[in-house]
Amino acid sequence: MALTILQRLFQMLFVMFGISVLAFLIFFATPGADPAARIAGRNASPETVAAVRANFGLDRPLPIQYGLMMKRLFVTRDLTSFVNRGQRVIPQVLDAAPITLCLVVGAAFFWLVGGVVLGLLAAALRDSFIDKASMAIALVGVSIPAFWLGEVLNLVSQSRFHDTWLFAWVPALGYKPFWSDPWMWFKTLLIPWISLATLYIGLYGRVLRANLVEAYQEDFIRTARAKGLSPGRVLIKHALRTSLIPFITLFGLDFGALVGGQALLTEVVFGLNGIGRLTYQSLQTLDLPVILATVIYASFFVVMANALVDVVYVLIDPRVRGS
Amino acid sequence: MPLTVETSTSIPLVDAHEIALEPVARQEGPWSRAWAKFRRDRTAVGAGVLLIVIVVASLLAPLYASQIAHTDPFRSGLSARILINGKRVPVMQPSTQGLGLGVTPIGPTWGARYLLGADTQGRDVAARLLYGGRNTLLIAGAATFLCFVFAAILGIVAGFFGGIVDLVISRVLDILWAFPVFLLAISLSIVLISQALVIGPFTIGAGSLALPIVIIGLVYVPYVARPVRGQVLTLKNSEFVLAAIGLGIPRWRILLKDILPNVSTTLIVFIPLMMALNIMTESALSFLSVGVQPPDASWGTIILDGESLLYTRPAVSLAPGLAIVITVLALNLLGDGVRDALDPRSKLRPR
Repeated sequence: MALTILQRLFQMLFVMFGISVLAFLIFFATPGADPAARIAGRNASPETVAAVRANFGLDRPLPIQYGLMMKRLFVTRDLTSFVNRGQRVIPQVLDAAPITLCLVVGAAFFWLVGGVVLGLLAAALRDSFIDKASMAIALVGVSIPAFWLGEVLNLVSQSRFHDTWLFAWVPALGYKPFWSDPWMWFKTLLIPWISLATLYIGLYGRVLRANLVEAYQEDFIRTARAKGLSPGRVLIKHALRTSLIPFITLFGLDFGALVGGQALLTEVVFGLNGIGRLTYQSLQTLDLPVILATVIYASFFVVMANALVDVVYVLIDPRVRGS
Repeated sequence: MPLTVETSTSIPLVDAHEIALEPVARQEGPWSRAWAKFRRDRTAVGAGVLLIVIVVASLLAPLYASQIAHTDPFRSGLSARILINGKRVPVMQPSTQGLGLGVTPIGPTWGARYLLGADTQGRDVAARLLYGGRNTLLIAGAATFLCFVFAAILGIVAGFFGGIVDLVISRVLDILWAFPVFLLAISLSIVLISQALVIGPFTIGAGSLALPIVIIGLVYVPYVARPVRGQVLTLKNSEFVLAAIGLGIPRWRILLKDILPNVSTTLIVFIPLMMALNIMTESALSFLSVGVQPPDASWGTIILDGESLLYTRPAVSLAPGLAIVITVLALNLLGDGVRDALDPRSKLRPR
């Protein structure tokens, strides 16, 4: 088991190295234009461009440039923006990270709970209305761009129906730190969570339903039923436990995809100052050092999260653990 | 590759007429059998028809703009006036709220001109929606094509030739696969969108639609190449390929006659799902302003245009969003139908 985990961690390091090289090549070695001019931003003066060139060692060989970039990203952490003169980039990214994390973890909670409930209901009431509805929700859910759904929810809760009893509690857009007012924090994040979770609730419900249906054909379920256990106990204690295992792998992948995907746009729509909004603002001003930092930090986070999920998988699945 | 166990969708209803036709179809090859099966899947056929309608509508965008709406969706019309109920109304109406300063674009008129209202620059949203659909569908379609060409080549080469070639390709695909899609696309876009890309004799302009096509096409290559490689590996060890090798048939012929036809069903099953994914990615990139560049429109850029008007003129961003939802939903339904017809045991679904 230790070997499997070690192998997985080694693979993680390799992939992280690969991603950093790829990102480096994209930012510093794409043919067509001078990387110094790109990093300096729009309409930069020749002095700034020269400063960037010296700063990033752009006249030195590529491997040294790569080393310099990684050193400035992770060791000295003194990467600076040239659009907002002298602004340190890494502290900005680290300040934004908890907000993104709150958003994604909360959304993940909602979609897991929602998915499990929906899946259990659909499997227990097979071919019923709920079963068919979960199918429809799943298909529509994966077809809606989450950021657009966020806009629609904003329109409904902030403007059109804000003065009705249904949405009067919705606070203005923006993030409130958890430590200053937990209840407010919850209220500001509830709608963003829902708009992100909708993407997956139906899908996870469907996957769990399929797993449960498969589990019901196994011998151990027949044994459990033959013992005279109640249907609810068979479902929750016996079928659900094995059916949840493939869930975990799927969850790891989707969680990562969300951090590096729809969560970025959802932040923009809801005015949450996380990594996504930081990236969005930097994209408007062509502030490449910030984008470089967010891309590398966020990708590393995603890769590590995926590796962690795989390790958890090894720990909880006896079949994998044994081999 | 996220593996999702999928249950098959609705069981198609078969009426007596179609049952009577079935034995005729069964005598033909696997393609006509799949086609016959697909034709009986009403949801999938309906989705296909809907998609054709959407494509035709967006192709007719210039005709709509010039013949019906009489508007130019690419020029700002801040001082334009239109005739409604015999009165001449300005497209940009003076604001009635707050201090009364500034202007608000006209809302949906439900008439020929400015059917869905105007955006912040006084341009006809309905006409832009059709033009935008053209670009969105073009980008998604071309990116899907590009992605499949690359993925098929990489997957087949890696799986068939094995050894060091496979090792290198697989590792590169691993890295690309682990790179979060949007972050990779953002990196590529931001670097390429500001300046033109020059590769040897080819130059791609900064505002060109080719940029989002190439970027979106590239980022999803591993999602298709990995399952293709896996399938080629199994095929390579299957008995009929071993028999072909034993008979001394040249490798390229095995590749073309035995491997490729077997992989092609996997690829076709992926096409609608990939296309749906690409539409979502295009809209997201355009919303982040690193996709389609102004003055060109796409569904994503129109949602972005409408963001500042969300509370006053919601139609501007609601309409393109609905268009995306409907198109992607239709593609997903079509994808399910195609999968059931061609490869019912397939458990793969791209994300």
